[in-house]
Amino acid sequence: MVVITPMGEISYSEATSFRAVLKRAADLGRPRIVVDLTRVEYMNSPGVATLVEALQNARRARARLILAGITPRVLAIFQIARLHTVFEIRDTLDAATAE
Amino acid sequence: MSSRPHIRIEMQSNPQYLAGARELISGVCRRIGFTEMCTSQIALAVDEALCNVMRHGYDKQTDRPIWVSLWPDTHAGKPEITIVIEDEARHVDPCQIKGRDLDDVKPGGLGVHIIREVMDRAEYEKRPGRGMKLTMVKKQPDHDKPGGECNCS
Repeated sequence: MVVITPMGEISYSEATSFRAVLKRAADLGRPRIVVDLTRVEYMNSPGVATLVEALQNARRARARLILAGITPRVLAIFQIARLHTVFEIRDTLDAATAE
Repeated sequence: MSSRPHIRIEMQSNPQYLAGARELISGVCRRIGFTEMCTSQIALAVDEALCNVMRHGYDKQTDRPIWVSLWPDTHAGKPEITIVIEDEARHVDPCQIKGRDLDDVKPGGLGVHIIREVMDRAEYEKRPGRGMKLTMVKKQPDHDKPGGECNCS
C-alpha cells in the first residue's frame, strides 16, 4: 500500500504536479493507493480529473485507489460531477488503511 | 439589473489569481446573505469558468485580459447575483460549449457541467469583434443540499 497526503489546494496550477505524484505512486506497483484528502481545502475540476485518471490507471493495473478523509467542501464537487459513487471513499485514513 | 456593474475587475489570465477571484466572489455572496454552501458553489462555478478561459480560450497564455463583473441584489429578502465573465479569446459557437456525459467516466470536460449544474442560468455568447461572454445567475434556494442539487431549477 502507498499513501499520498496532498495539502492545501488541488486546482489548475497544482494538477500537473499532483498527476506526477500519483503516477510515481502507481509505478510502485502496490495493490492499493490511498489518497488522504484530509488536508485538502479546495479542489476544482482539474484536480478531480487527475484523480479520475489515476483511478482508471489503477483499475488497469488491477489496483485499488481509495480516497480518505475527504471534507464536505471537496466532496461536494464529486457529488456535482456524480463521481462520488465511482470512487472508493472512506471517512478517515485509518479506515482506508485498515482494510 | 442595472447596466453598470456594482463591481468590475480586470485580471490577467494567470492561474495564480484564481484564489483571489474566488475570495472576492465568496465575500460578496456571504455579505448579501447566501448560505455557505451556495457561496462555495458560486465561487466554484466562477473558478471553473475562469479556468476554461485560461486553458482553452487563451491556450494557457498568462497575460491576457479577463473581466469579471458582479451585480449582487436581493429580491423578497433573498440574495441573488449576476456574474458576467468576458475575454478576448477566439470566438466559439455557444452551442458547442457543453458539459460531457456524466455516465462516461473520464478525466476532463467537467467544468461546463459544473457551471450549468451549480448556477440557475449560464449562457455563453460571442462578444462583438472578438472574445466570449458568459452570463451566470444564481438565486439562493429555499433549501440547500450538498453537491450540485441546491439550485437545479
